[in-house]
This record gives sequence, C-alpha cells and structure tokens, in this order.
Amino acid sequence: MAVLSPPSAAGRPATGRRRSDGGRVGRRRLAGWGFVAPFLVVFALVFLAPIAYSIYLSLYRDQLIGGNHFVGLDNYTQALKDHEFWSGLGRVGLFLIVQVPIMLGIALLVALALDSGRLYGRNFFRISIFLPYAVPAVVATLMWGFMYGKRFGLVASINQHLHTSIPDPLSPSWVLASIGNIVTWEFVGYNMLIFYAALRVVPESLYEAAEIDGAGQWRVIRSIKIPAIRGALVIATIFSVIGSFQLFNEPSILKSLAPNAITTYFTPNLYTYSLSFSGQQHNYAATVAIVMGLVTMVVAYLVQLRGMRKEA
Amino acid sequence: MTNKALRRLAPTVALLAAGALGLTACGSSGGSGSGSGSSDANAVQSALTKGGNLTVWAWEPTLKQVVADFQAKYPKVHVKLVNAGTGNDQYTALQNAVQAGKGVPDVSQIEYYALSQFALGKSVTDLSSYGAKDLSKTYSPGPWNSVNINGGVYGLPMDSGPMALFYNKKVFDKYKLPVPTTWEQYLDDARKLHKADPKAYITSDTGDAGMTTSLIWQAGGKPYKVDGTKVTVDFAGDQGTSTYTKVWQQLVSEHLLSPVPGWSDQWYKGLGDGTIATLATGAWMPANFVSGVKNASGDWRAAPLPQWQAGANASAENGGSSLAVMQASSNKALAYAFLQYANQGAGVQTRIKGGAFPATTADLDSPSFLNTPFPYFGGQQANKIFSESAKNVLPGWSYLPYQVYANSIFNDTVGKAYVSSTPLSGGLKSWQDQSVNYGKQQGFSMG
Repeated sequence: MAVLSPPSAAGRPATGRRRSDGGRVGRRRLAGWGFVAPFLVVFALVFLAPIAYSIYLSLYRDQLIGGNHFVGLDNYTQALKDHEFWSGLGRVGLFLIVQVPIMLGIALLVALALDSGRLYGRNFFRISIFLPYAVPAVVATLMWGFMYGKRFGLVASINQHLHTSIPDPLSPSWVLASIGNIVTWEFVGYNMLIFYAALRVVPESLYEAAEIDGAGQWRVIRSIKIPAIRGALVIATIFSVIGSFQLFNEPSILKSLAPNAITTYFTPNLYTYSLSFSGQQHNYAATVAIVMGLVTMVVAYLVQLRGMRKEA
Repeated sequence: MTNKALRRLAPTVALLAAGALGLTACGSSGGSGSGSGSSDANAVQSALTKGGNLTVWAWEPTLKQVVADFQAKYPKVHVKLVNAGTGNDQYTALQNAVQAGKGVPDVSQIEYYALSQFALGKSVTDLSSYGAKDLSKTYSPGPWNSVNINGGVYGLPMDSGPMALFYNKKVFDKYKLPVPTTWEQYLDDARKLHKADPKAYITSDTGDAGMTTSLIWQAGGKPYKVDGTKVTVDFAGDQGTSTYTKVWQQLVSEHLLSPVPGWSDQWYKGLGDGTIATLATGAWMPANFVSGVKNASGDWRAAPLPQWQAGANASAENGGSSLAVMQASSNKALAYAFLQYANQGAGVQTRIKGGAFPATTADLDSPSFLNTPFPYFGGQQANKIFSESAKNVLPGWSYLPYQVYANSIFNDTVGKAYVSSTPLSGGLKSWQDQSVNYGKQQGFSMG
C-alpha cells in the first residue's frame, strides 16, 4: 500500500497520517474497480468462461461405457496423432495458400479500378460487386450447388449445349476448388470495400504532386496507393486467414449434394461439428477446437508480424 | 410419491387392470418381474383416469391424429406433440437434452437402428415392468427383436419397414425387362436398361448406410455382434457381406447406379421421369411416392425383394421406428399408456389410414389391410407383398449400440467406393476399422 501511495510532499509522514492516507487510496482503488467491474464481469462471462470451459472439457473423456473421467492431456496427444484432423488442416491450409491471394488480388484490382475514377458507372459496379457479400452464405452455397449440378444444373446445360466436358465440380478432386470459387464470389466485394475505403483517404495532394513529377498511373499505384493501404491489406489478409481456417458453411451444405466427396472431417470446423453432434465426443471436439484456435492465432500473428515489418 | 401410493393399492385390482389393457399374459412373465409388473400395469390404468401432461417428440406425421383421438378419449390427459427434427437432428437434440437434464420429453420416436444407443446410455426406460415383455406375439418379429435389447424392452414398435422392390412398370414394359426375382437378374436388367437408355439407371445409390446394411442383412450377413458391452464388427469375414459386394460391386464399377443422392430434388425428379427405375426399400415408402412423385402415379408397382439365392424368400427391415419412454420422464405410467394406445390400440388403425405401415401382427394379417388397393400402384394390393416380407425377415440381425455415429461416417469410408477405385469390400473394411476404433474410445470391449 505504501508503495502505491503517491509520493507525499511531507517527506516523512507520521504513522497516523500515513494510515489515513492509505485508507483514502484504498477507497480510491475500490472505486476504480467499481467502474471497471461491469466490463470485467461481461468480459469474464462472455470471453473467458467459454475458453475456460473448453479447456476443462478437453481434459476429460465421457464414454458411453464407463462415464466421465479425467484423462489429462490424452485428448491432446490423440489430436496430434489424428490423421483426420491433420488432413482437414492440410486442406484448409491449401485453400488458404491458393484462394486467399486470388480473392485479395481480384478485390485489390477492382478497388483500384473503382478508385481510378476512369470507370463509367462506378456506383453500379461497386454495389453489384459488393452484393454477393449481402447474400447469406447458406443461400449462396445452395445457389452454386444447383449450378454445379452435373445432371440438371448449369454445368450440365453448358456441357450439353456447347459439347464441352467440364469435369464434375462436385467430384472429390474438384470440390475444394469449387468451394474456393464460392468463397471468392462471396468475399471479393467485402475486401474490395475495405481497400476502396482505405484508398479514399489518400490525400489528393499526393496524386497532384506525382502528376507534377510526371509519374504515370502504374507508378502512382506502386509508390503511393499500395503503400498507403498496406494496413488495410494486412487486416484483410488476417481476416481471410481466419475465415479460411473456419471454413464450415460451404462444405457443410455441399455435403448433401456430394456426400462422398466431402468427408465429415473435410475442414477442422466440420470435424469438430461431426465429433460433437454425431459422435457425442464433446471432449475431443473441444480439444480439436482449442488446437485449431492456437494454430489460427499463430498463423494470424505471423501474417501480422510480416505485415508490420514491411510497414516499418 | 403418487406412484408409490399407487403401487400399494390392492394387487387384485392390478389383475383386472392388466386384463382390461389386454395384457393377458401378465402371469407368464414369471418370477421376480411379475409382482412389480402387475402393479406398474395398474399404475398405467390409473394414470389414464387421473390424467396429466405428456410431451412427445416425433416426426411421424400420422401421430397428430392419434394424439387428438387420445386426448378426446382421455380428456384429463394433455399431450404436447413436438417435431424436434427428423432422425439424426432429433437424436442430437434429444442427447443434448438428456445431458443437460432439462427439457427431456416423456416419449420420443426413435428408429430401430438408434434405439440400442439410447438404451445403453440409460436414456430410455426398460418397459418390462409395465408388461411389455409379453408382447412378443403382438408385434412382427423384425421390429420386436429391435426393441429387445440386453434382456429389456426399450420401446414399443410403431411402424416397420419390411423391404420390397418398387419398380417403374412403364420403364420395364418399354424395354421388355423382366421384374427381377434375384439380384443377379437385377444386375442383368441394370445393364440392359442403361444400354437401351444411357440416361436411365436401375436405381440411384451414392452410398447409403441404411440400405447397405439392410441388403447385407437380407443376404444373411451378421457383421455386428453385440453382447452387452462386448461388440464385434466384422464385414471382412462376413459371408453375407461378400454375397452383397459381389453383385453390388459390378453395379458400381460398371456405372449402373445413378449418382443422385437419395431424397434430393433430382432424386424425386428421377423417380418421376423414369431415369431411376427401381427402389429397394421399406414398406413405408408408398406414402412418400404419393406425396413426392405425384406425376408418376400409376407407373409404379411393388414386387418382392430380389433374392441373393434363387428360390429363397429372405427379407430384411429397412427403417422403422419405435416410441420409447424417456428415463427422465416424470410420468412413465402415463407415457406407457400413450405408447399402448398409439402402437397397439386404436391408434394403429388411425395411422394405417394415414398411410403408415404397422408393426402389429393382428393388422398385418387382417384381410381388410391385405386387400387394400393402392391407387398409386394401379390398384395393386401391395400390402400382401409387404406383409409377406415382414414374415420373412431374417432373424438374428443386430445394429451397433452406436449405429448413429457409424452411419455418419459411412460416406467417409464406403462412400469412397462410389467415387474412386476403392472396392466396396475395402470401403467396408475401413468402415469396420473406424467403427471398432470408436467403440474402443467409448469403452466397449471390442472383439
């Protein structure tokens, strides 16, 4: 208490005074906690409690025969050796490496095009590219699912009328690419909007200066626009990384159309879902969720570190 | 408390009550069980007169009328019928409710393949003490075996699914195909049909656990052996399984099966336009034809299921549900009274009128049931075929005590055979391995 009390002007205060001083400080501290408490309670309840509960769950195993018992880190060692978990993680990893650059690339291109001011009907383009983001993922996937149909869908019609032989988008070897296509369609607009908003705040004077210096459009993009929105690029990348790791809606809905191409462990999220809802393995599902959360955090952090270093 | 008080009532009344409920064989349950049996049966009758509230979870559409009639007959009883989802969705909700210990219904519809999972988890009540032990003659053997688990009776059969072959007669007539009596002939028809019309397939199959296990069952296979908590899974060495894969592998390899998943829009379309020519499934199917494939009315007929051995008459069950009383129910006697009403009392007739296929032998044998013409099948008396099939269901089949989970990974494993070069037998082997693994993790002793 003495350490925390503000330096007294009296230098060597009397014991009595110090006590009263300390009391006032204590009261002040309590008052502080009082202000913070509502937030802390909500924070603990909403953010910390679920995590703590998941960790608690992951240390037990509830069996049909034998009931619930403490197993320590058994679930974690099982997860580390779980072929199905790793194959799911590998799949979303591949998805991340291929789909995210394509999606962000298209989004950036569109944002730059909109920002260039040379586009006729800019508002119309902006709205129509953003529109897919407003379509719920479930609806979007169902829609694409119908188009992918090789017997009655769009693919079937194209094959029939143009005598092409587009491979079945819902076959095991193509289904991941088909999902990538849906996700790209859904999220280009959203990322475009982030980039476009960042581009709008670049001061006009920079462009004027560049023009005076005789810089062309490419030079302006490379030296002014891209560096100016680096922060937005990093943010969008982190969101996309997290989104890829959490891939669930699209495969889960397409599963009913392609039951043999999309396994119950197609993505880590789908895997935790099947574990807890068809397998009643809540404990192991919690473990997989925690491991997956850690992996996501590490990857997102690495992306952020790299982004920051460039910025510096 | 009231239950205990009722139990103390004179046992003489118990016998009367038991008689009134048609549990005439009460004494034969014998020994230790008979005493509590009669007083519980007594409690069932008093519960009806006393009344109370019941919550029933079921998706079976014909139960709606049954509940209305039941309430009209026993005005003091209030039944809340809830549709908590079909099949797996409902089991998920049910398991969550049981685990939370809150919101558990009194009565729940549970399919035969899933019942042992709930029985083992002690979520459903053993109905032996209410006199259910003595109903073996009341229900046809397939469903009756399914509700008998480890010496207890964990539900009363509501409907059943003795298998039959539904075929599109228009297509068969057009290409002059014989209605197959063996699966070899079925394979032959499949080849001829697909050759004559490349868009037409003998049936659609993208890997369906229920259908595969049913056909293995019909072939005499017994891949699952369950003895309490001792479980064996063996597809690799099972005779019936290899009989099945021998024929079915050719259908898969020669691309004679339509790759349209069951119950999808495309599937209904295929059933209607003749591109899916047959369907081997349970006797509950006609109601679905009538509601889902209206445009093909008159095209379809029912036939006995093709045989694995020429001249045999083996059959199997596909689907079908029981009604079970939940362990957490606070009014088990009343819940059992509802089960009796719906599954062997007046409710059965109501449900047959609604298009359901009963599990009660009395109805399966009654002339009025057998002679009912099906306008959808061109006036065919299809119940004769179904009823015959119900009698020929091979005994001795059992599902896993965690079949719900096993079925959920069917497409991960056996499904591979439909989209890659993995043979069916290989897919079944990996299904077996993963089922064994899960069993071990859940504490079963796997043989």
